[in-house]
Amino acid sequence: MEFAPIVEKVAFNLLKYAATVLPENAVKVIKTAYENETNPAGKSQLEAIITNFETGAKLGIPMCQDTGIHIYYVEIGADCPIDDLGKIKEALTNASIKATNEVPMRPNAVDPFGSNSGDNTGRYIPWINWEIVPGDKIKIIAFPKGGGSENMSTVKMLKPGVGIKGVMKEVVDWMIFAAGKPCPPTVVGVAVGGGADIAMKIAKKQLMRPIGEPHPQKEVAEIEKKLKKAINTTGIGPMGLGGDTTCLAVHMDYAHRHPASLPMAIAIQCWAARQSAAEISATGKIKYLHHKIKE
Amino acid sequence: MAVVKLKTPIPEEEIRKLKAGDILYISGIVYLSRDEAHLRALEYAEEGKELPLDFKGLALFHCGPIVKQDDKGEWHVVAAGPTTSSRMEIFQDKYIEKFRVSVVIGKGGMFERTTAAMKKYGAVYGAFTGGAAVLAAKAVKKVKGVEWLDLGTPEALWIFEVEEFGPLTVAIDSHGNNLFKDISEIAEKNREKAYDIIGVSK
Repeated sequence: MEFAPIVEKVAFNLLKYAATVLPENAVKVIKTAYENETNPAGKSQLEAIITNFETGAKLGIPMCQDTGIHIYYVEIGADCPIDDLGKIKEALTNASIKATNEVPMRPNAVDPFGSNSGDNTGRYIPWINWEIVPGDKIKIIAFPKGGGSENMSTVKMLKPGVGIKGVMKEVVDWMIFAAGKPCPPTVVGVAVGGGADIAMKIAKKQLMRPIGEPHPQKEVAEIEKKLKKAINTTGIGPMGLGGDTTCLAVHMDYAHRHPASLPMAIAIQCWAARQSAAEISATGKIKYLHHKIKE
Repeated sequence: MAVVKLKTPIPEEEIRKLKAGDILYISGIVYLSRDEAHLRALEYAEEGKELPLDFKGLALFHCGPIVKQDDKGEWHVVAAGPTTSSRMEIFQDKYIEKFRVSVVIGKGGMFERTTAAMKKYGAVYGAFTGGAAVLAAKAVKKVKGVEWLDLGTPEALWIFEVEEFGPLTVAIDSHGNNLFKDISEIAEKNREKAYDIIGVSK
């Protein structure tokens, strides 16, 4: 079966909804933060954020002018009856171009040696994370990632002797350094282990998790909880203007590491936690996972 | 904390009255520049070339908007929230000195060099809620013009006519006060408490 035409249509819808409508889980978490915020400056920032994303959703316009660099996560079921695997990349690229013109999204793909391509595509962009998974479905996540929060992401190669406590300290220190720059309240993805690239890949993937959903392993979930509390103790607050809500959640995961290395990565998501996902069944039926999208 | 509404060009005495923490709304001309347009403006000044717009007394907005051009070639703003101002810290002081803008609008705050320039030449920094692109676009009445489009639409010099653009939190005033610095001092004091929670020491 040919999946590319379906993928193109689905990816366009995912980009459009990701840019204009915040997933329900994010809306809920931000509204709870607003209820609980005790600092008037922080509260007024959260109020502006809520009014902004509600108005954007109502009018169907992007909630933030930085509609991100285009990233997709594509999971292809090993038993998926797909005949045009070689055309999926082109389908996703076409979806990015169409969304740039029609949503519209800001052209954010700049040639480091030249100029802005104007359509959100270029060398390696959109970036596609491919994964072969069990089953017969195709899953696509559109993850347009904003530059402000991305600029506050980091990889650190620690000495194994500092242990997990050392990792936790780095996270707290880094978030104090980042302060208002990544557009708090943020979601903080943390990964330990693997290598420099592996840690960042895992950290970023944590931003796909529903906000506040704990890691399935109890000891990791406990660290997530402590880190969230510690970051929110700093008083940096929404937009760095002071308050109780600096982060909405910390999502952590890990990989096994080399005996000589303790790599760690921090990937930060701004309050505009934009993403949208869909599953395409073996027969081509589409199921949207974050948004109610009509065909 | 006062709520102040000002119209561009803003005289220095009005700027001097503003205090950190005040809420500011601006009507008149807000123009947009990010990294590249700052560099180009400073280059023009260096070479003695005339700028496309007299920046004096106006509001400079750190923003790369989403814009749309209609069939008649007219531009419309779709979304226009602030970008991270700290990137401009490396030349903002020189920029204020040369061009005498009254208000710099952005997000995330600015540091010592900008604070000193604002004190010396009479300017303020207005923090706009990061990402609040829909709210910002609603205050734009008209795109008055655009220059330097060769830099790409996010980096071009957009000139907007705005009505009650805000709310902006005056985060740096012209007397040397900087709210972001205050918050970073608070965060510094709270570092120990945060360490206690995760069970580490300095």
